[in-house]
Amino acid sequence: MKILVCISHVPDTTSKINFTDNDSKFDTNGVQFVINPNDEFGLTRAMWFKEKQGASVDVINVGGTDTEPTLRKALAIGADAAIRINTEAKDGYQVAKELAKVAKDGSYDLVIAGRESIDYNGAMVPGMLATLLDANFVTNCIKLEIEGTKATASREIDGGKETVTTSLPLVVGGQKGLVNESDLRIPNMRGIMMARKKPLTVLEPTTTINETTSVKFEKPEPKGNVKLVDADNLDELVSLLHNEAKVI
Amino acid sequence: MTKQKNMSVLVYTESEKGKFKKTALEVASYAKAVANQLGTTVTAISVNANDTAELGKYGVDKILNVSDSSLEAFNAKSYAAVIVQAAKQVDAKAVIVSSSADSKYLAPILAVNLDAGYASNVVEVPSTTSPFTVKRTAFTNKAFNLTTINTPIKIVGVSNNSFGLVEANGNASTEDFSPVLPNTEVNIESIDKASDKVTIADAEIVVSAGRGMKGPENWGMIEELAEVLGAATACSKPVSDLGWRPHAEHVGQTGKPVASNLYIAIGISGAIQHLAGINASKVKVVVNTDPEAPFFKAADYGVVGDAFEVVPQLIEKLKAFKASNT
Ligand SMILES: Cc1cc2nc3c(=O)[nH]c(=O)nc-3n(C[C@H](O)[C@H](O)[C@H](O)COP(=O)(O)OP(=O)(O)OC[C@H]3O[C@@H](n4cnc5c(N)ncnc54)[C@H](O)[C@@H]3O)c2cc1C
Ligand SMILES: Nc1ncnc2c1ncn2[C@@H]1O[C@H](COP(=O)(O)O)[C@@H](O)[C@H]1O
Repeated sequence: MKILVCISHVPDTTSKINFTDNDSKFDTNGVQFVINPNDEFGLTRAMWFKEKQGASVDVINVGGTDTEPTLRKALAIGADAAIRINTEAKDGYQVAKELAKVAKDGSYDLVIAGRESIDYNGAMVPGMLATLLDANFVTNCIKLEIEGTKATASREIDGGKETVTTSLPLVVGGQKGLVNESDLRIPNMRGIMMARKKPLTVLEPTTTINETTSVKFEKPEPKGNVKLVDADNLDELVSLLHNEAKVI
Repeated sequence: MTKQKNMSVLVYTESEKGKFKKTALEVASYAKAVANQLGTTVTAISVNANDTAELGKYGVDKILNVSDSSLEAFNAKSYAAVIVQAAKQVDAKAVIVSSSADSKYLAPILAVNLDAGYASNVVEVPSTTSPFTVKRTAFTNKAFNLTTINTPIKIVGVSNNSFGLVEANGNASTEDFSPVLPNTEVNIESIDKASDKVTIADAEIVVSAGRGMKGPENWGMIEELAEVLGAATACSKPVSDLGWRPHAEHVGQTGKPVASNLYIAIGISGAIQHLAGINASKVKVVVNTDPEAPFFKAADYGVVGDAFEVVPQLIEKLKAFKASNT
């Protein structure tokens, strides 16, 4: 089985979010970048398939040279090879088109992406990619088993979960649950050394049209101070929620 | 303005067991606002709903009504095919969907099949319609992004509870619609869903609790508080990691997003990853023994106190409030 894991390179979850160039660009100053948490679950599941069932695992990112350390980290965790498509994509659609070309040319059986990336929160790349490839698609995926060309997956739905059966080629949007959090891997020294020798191929982009354009960013209005209510005076809280906030 | 005959804003109005979800009425209201901006009408596409007339109250002019037993359970590919065919039939310029799990599953498929740009998590009506520019949340609610959709057809995913319900006193006509359905290659084996509980996505009020509750045996009061308020229950990440509560209740940056009108956090410290996922909620209340807990900086109302004393009292006060308000 040939697996492609899509890796989105995102600011660490504790990052302060600021913008530059008249609020048109994300300010990367002092920001630490990580593998998107949803993709880390997917990568770890891919490693399980590789080790337990025999599979090759390639990782891919659409981005500039600055994303290479993130790809190297994925190689250190155990992926076999990395691909970087050399463009700062303007939107998820463009990312999906670039990924689709590589996925098709490489005849991958399984493409694992994340439910959403924590930077742009588009939740669009995996679904677009699956549709462009005419592959089966399961998102919010919390469990994935594969036997031959048959797949069984569970996905989170509003208020519960459902289990589906489908077949390869398959694209999944993974999330927490796909593997146990305790199974996530921190690259060790040997992995890091090996990753240096693994191939990282850089491809040039093939798409130019943009369906959407980012105009600018805004930060939320600073919030007013919290109103404290005495623990012995909860009638006041009920009254504030009813009369002032009008939420009950 | 003269209305072009065959051009419309299409809205996908989700229903469950034949009844429209609240988010369906919200996206209908939003679609009406967009249609007013564009000088056109709203067509809703509805699958297996019983009483479609209700949509008229939220600005829908026409309903394409699909009744098909093979669409009983949601299937992204089939539902996408239904919506794509409806969009073509009414020459939709904009397709509006919600931010439910199902709509987020569908929208990217629609985008490719309609060659349309898609903006998700949109919180306001377009600031202009030419160019078509919407405001969406980004960086898990730590910022907003203004996005222009450049394609002839625009797909907008509206963030839950961001627009609200807007009543219009209109009448909607209903037409039967029989799309061609594709073969489904993702087949549902089982669905495991608590049908009697309010879901986090649908809820106007969410009662959430954290590690401050000490153990799963203490969740009775959290559930009771939620019941009094008609709220959904949620929890912080460690609480679901410890197995005190089901994973589906985990909210935050790596869990479910919450955009309720009221979010009550009990015994939750307010770590940045937690806050990011719930910040889209309009009013936040925190109950915590530690006045230094970061949640107090993010909350609108706070009670410094022990949950084990505050929550039972709050339940009593709310019961009394409800009794005197009905
Ligand atoms: C990559 C990453 C992603 C993450 N994603 C998420 C996420 O999506 N969602 C999430 O929630 N977390 C997430 N976290 C974890 C997050 O950083 C915090 O660890 C977590 O939110 C803390 O949960 P808590 O507030 O329940 O527990 P604690 O931090 O232990 O806080 C418990 C609180 O309860 C209070 N308390 C104690 N006793 C009482 C009492 N009797 N009455 C009232 N209050 C009391 C304490 O004062 C304290 O403030 C993530 C972390 C990482 C690294
Ligand atoms: N630039 C990118 N390069 C590679 N994969 C990406 C990129 N952006 C998004 N993805 C994948 O698509 C998933 C969803 O991203 P998004 O649609 O942006 O929320 C991510 O979790 C990744 O798996």
